[in-house]
Amino acid sequence: MKNIVVIGGGIAGVEVACMMAETGNRVTIIERDNKLGGKLNNWYCLFPDFKKSDEILNYIKNRISKFNIEVKLNSNVEKAERNGNTWLVHTENAICKADAVIIATGYQLFDATRKEELGYKIYDNVITQADMEQRFREGNFLTSYGKKPERIAIVHCVGSRDEKCHNMYCSKVCCVTGVKQAIEINKFLPDAQIFCFYMDLRMYDKFFEELYRTAQEQHNIQFIRGRVSEVSETPDQHLSIKTEDTLSGRPMKMKLDMVILLAGMETKKNTKEIADKFGVDREISGFLKSKDFHIGAGILTQKGVFAAGTCIAPMSIKETIENARSTAFQVNEYLKTL
Amino acid sequence: MDFGFAPIETRSIDIDIFDSRILKYVIKYEPSLLVCLSCGGCTATCSAGNLTDFNVRRMQLMLRRGETENLQTEINKCMLCGKCLLVCPRGVNLRNVVMLIKKALVIYKNQEK
Ligand code: SF4
Ligand code: SF4
Ligand code: SF4
Repeated sequence: MKNIVVIGGGIAGVEVACMMAETGNRVTIIERDNKLGGKLNNWYCLFPDFKKSDEILNYIKNRISKFNIEVKLNSNVEKAERNGNTWLVHTENAICKADAVIIATGYQLFDATRKEELGYKIYDNVITQADMEQRFREGNFLTSYGKKPERIAIVHCVGSRDEKCHNMYCSKVCCVTGVKQAIEINKFLPDAQIFCFYMDLRMYDKFFEELYRTAQEQHNIQFIRGRVSEVSETPDQHLSIKTEDTLSGRPMKMKLDMVILLAGMETKKNTKEIADKFGVDREISGFLKSKDFHIGAGILTQKGVFAAGTCIAPMSIKETIENARSTAFQVNEYLKTL
Repeated sequence: MDFGFAPIETRSIDIDIFDSRILKYVIKYEPSLLVCLSCGGCTATCSAGNLTDFNVRRMQLMLRRGETENLQTEINKCMLCGKCLLVCPRGVNLRNVVMLIKKALVIYKNQEK
């Protein structure tokens, strides 16, 4: 029986841990938080089918209960050493022996305060999509002035595709998140006008394009092709944005009650530290570097160290689960060679 | 054969008779122009665009399509403040593009196409 250490107990970590346990390995999960599930715990529902996040959380809870996986909560990786083909992973109060280590530390949301011109944490009615998910959970749609919002803007590509933030890549899932949230808001606030400001709409996966069409057809969401360059507050308690409607070629100003910023996905600081401890390479973007882009993205540049989920690249929940399963397969192939 | 419904000449962009001399000059000295994705951030924030009908994104797009007739009047509207570069997600230095167009117009003014 081989020993496996999984770092991170979000969706990717739990799925890859279960796959490894299912195929006869002894698995330990090291999670720095006090519960499993990662960021999904704060999400309300998922694109493209509006499945409640809790359903996926229940799925992983049920799944992990079937196996004898050791879960170390509130634990951090302090040190990693290699001894031949064995890794010794030190946490605060234990040393775990591992024949293979799987990094599944996930992502962090781009800190939208870095785009000061968009007013996050300066104006109370500028929020991120993550804040919005929390609001869906609470059923809270009022502005900070206690008003039902009449006009809402959703701003795409905040902290992605932007060399000013040193993030050249596309976070891939925020476009469809924006469309999903626009529809969801329309269901709760049918009278509100909702606008999505985008540079390109990346509806890449199954049902995404259909969701976009549904947003136009049944929810009256307006899509405006232009990057928002400034958000400010007006004396009459509104927000005002500046953009260009590039398709009609004219600058556009608009008064709004609420602005939702689609903040991108970034590598966690924590992932960088762990990558250094294990001596694995990262891309210029910060994400973990796969040995080969095409064949098994979960194989990293260091022997016996693998990765699953959004520490490799931005991914949806569906892709994260698929990726975790594929990484488990690669790890088992590797274990056979030991 | 002529079916009689070709688009009116002045309304369509004819890449075949593209006058690319100014464009080539600008790109040589300001290659950042190559990576513009036409997001409109510059136009939204442009000092001159807030006061006049100047649209700097459209101006550079027209240049890239070889439409150079109105360049002279357009570039004179730019106040060279540099705010466009501050907001640009691709780091396009439009202020320098404007200054290079000015130079190129002088150089190519009296030359044949
Ligand atoms: S998915 Fe859409 S919003 Fe997100 S970075 Fe890519 S283009 Fe921008
Ligand atoms: S802000 Fe930059 S990328 Fe966007 S249209 Fe202007 S020059 Fe092009
Ligand atoms: S430099 Fe010219 S084009 Fe750029 S923002 Fe200033 S006025 Fe507009």
